[in-house]
Amino acid sequence: MIDAIARGAVEIQHLHYAYPDGFEALKGVDLRIGGGEKVALVGPNGAGKSTLLLHLNGINRPGHGTVTIGGMAVEGANVRRIRAEVGLVFQDPDDQLFSPTVLDDVAFGPLHMGVSHDEIHRRVEHALDAVGMAGFERRLPSHLSIGQRKRVALATVLSMDPSVLVFDEPSAGLDPRGRRQLIELLKGLTQTVVVATHDMRLVAEVLPRTVIMDGGVVVADGPSAEILADDALLERHGLERP
Amino acid sequence: MLAVAVILAIALLPVGSYLALAVVLIALTAGSLVARLGPLRLVRGAFVAAPFMLVAVPLVFVRTGDPLGSVDLGPLNLTFSGEGLRIFTTIALKSWLSVQVALLLTFTTPFHDLLDALRELRLPRILVAIIGFMYRYLAVLGEEAQRLMRARAARSAVAEGVAGGGTIAWRARVTGNMVGSLFLRSYERSERIYAAMQARGFEGTFRHMELRPIRRVEWVALGIGLASLSVLLLAAHVWLPHA
Repeated sequence: MIDAIARGAVEIQHLHYAYPDGFEALKGVDLRIGGGEKVALVGPNGAGKSTLLLHLNGINRPGHGTVTIGGMAVEGANVRRIRAEVGLVFQDPDDQLFSPTVLDDVAFGPLHMGVSHDEIHRRVEHALDAVGMAGFERRLPSHLSIGQRKRVALATVLSMDPSVLVFDEPSAGLDPRGRRQLIELLKGLTQTVVVATHDMRLVAEVLPRTVIMDGGVVVADGPSAEILADDALLERHGLERP
Repeated sequence: MLAVAVILAIALLPVGSYLALAVVLIALTAGSLVARLGPLRLVRGAFVAAPFMLVAVPLVFVRTGDPLGSVDLGPLNLTFSGEGLRIFTTIALKSWLSVQVALLLTFTTPFHDLLDALRELRLPRILVAIIGFMYRYLAVLGEEAQRLMRARAARSAVAEGVAGGGTIAWRARVTGNMVGSLFLRSYERSERIYAAMQARGFEGTFRHMELRPIRRVEWVALGIGLASLSVLLLAAHVWLPHA
């Protein structure tokens, strides 16, 4: 059983990962995130952010090193349970929303976890309500705006009741209103939140801790207020002040 | 279900049973009125059947029974035959009506209900899933293709005094590259979708929500529909005039 203190805690040790073509994307990442923390993962394209995110629920498996979620190592038989613990929200909602209707998509996770049908209906309702999309169950994903699709994409993982939520570029492609709604949503989340993003204003507003990655390693880690004020550090890693 | 039965029944009607076809047409029109579809929408949509009719055209000339007249086209001597003409008319009407039935179904039924129905008809789940994915990503793919074409159009400028456009071979190569890049994009997208499915616990078998039970009214409607179709078929073969 996952104990209450460790729930939502993420621990990454000496993580190395190379793609099948030999490209070494992660070269020894160490990172500890406490349960309920909200962390920004920033860094230039190709720094290894997305690769790292895919390790958090076992889509990518470590070459060397370990990843543990809530005290469970991401390996072997644990992976099924970890996929229920870690909700991954992909950058392009068209990748995430693959079912004919919103209902089918939000129900996909709990359905494949083996949750009972009554419980699924309750969770779907709850998840859509949480992202402000209640009443869209029978709609088709292709008939929604990009902002609505992103919110439904979040609902598809909320319905799995995860303790860790992982976002890849959540604000990309959103108009100011959509972005505002997203920020309010992120602020309201009680789970552990990890956000990979280039949107430094989003970081400043929502995420108290910032981790900078570059060249496959963590190069800085600290309170967002301090890191975002360090012009020299930001410039070294191709970032900019909000 | 009823739609498939109707199409099957239409196909089984004997040649030249125009009266029976008229009955089906009336029933169809009534159906589209109940569904509040403009009659024109169905009629326009049914032109999809036009190619099938075209295929049937030679029948008018190759059947030998009951010659009506002939035309000389250079070396060709074409003879109209009454039998062929009747077969052609029947095929044309049948395909036209069948398409209308299918259209009535798709216009009145949301796509996911059709998928549920296919699942209920015991079509393998993997096939239903593929049809679902196809429907979902056809639009996404279309948008991607449109973006590619827009990018090409944006750079297809012509300098003054120069014939633009390039050779046909060059254009073909550009188009080929576009198709290739669209394929690669789709392939990469499919990998991302698979990752998204895995991330939510997919392990190789599709599961589905329980289906809405079929209501008694619907069973009754299906029964009445099948019964009247059988009567119509029987009548067309036995009593109604046909060639």
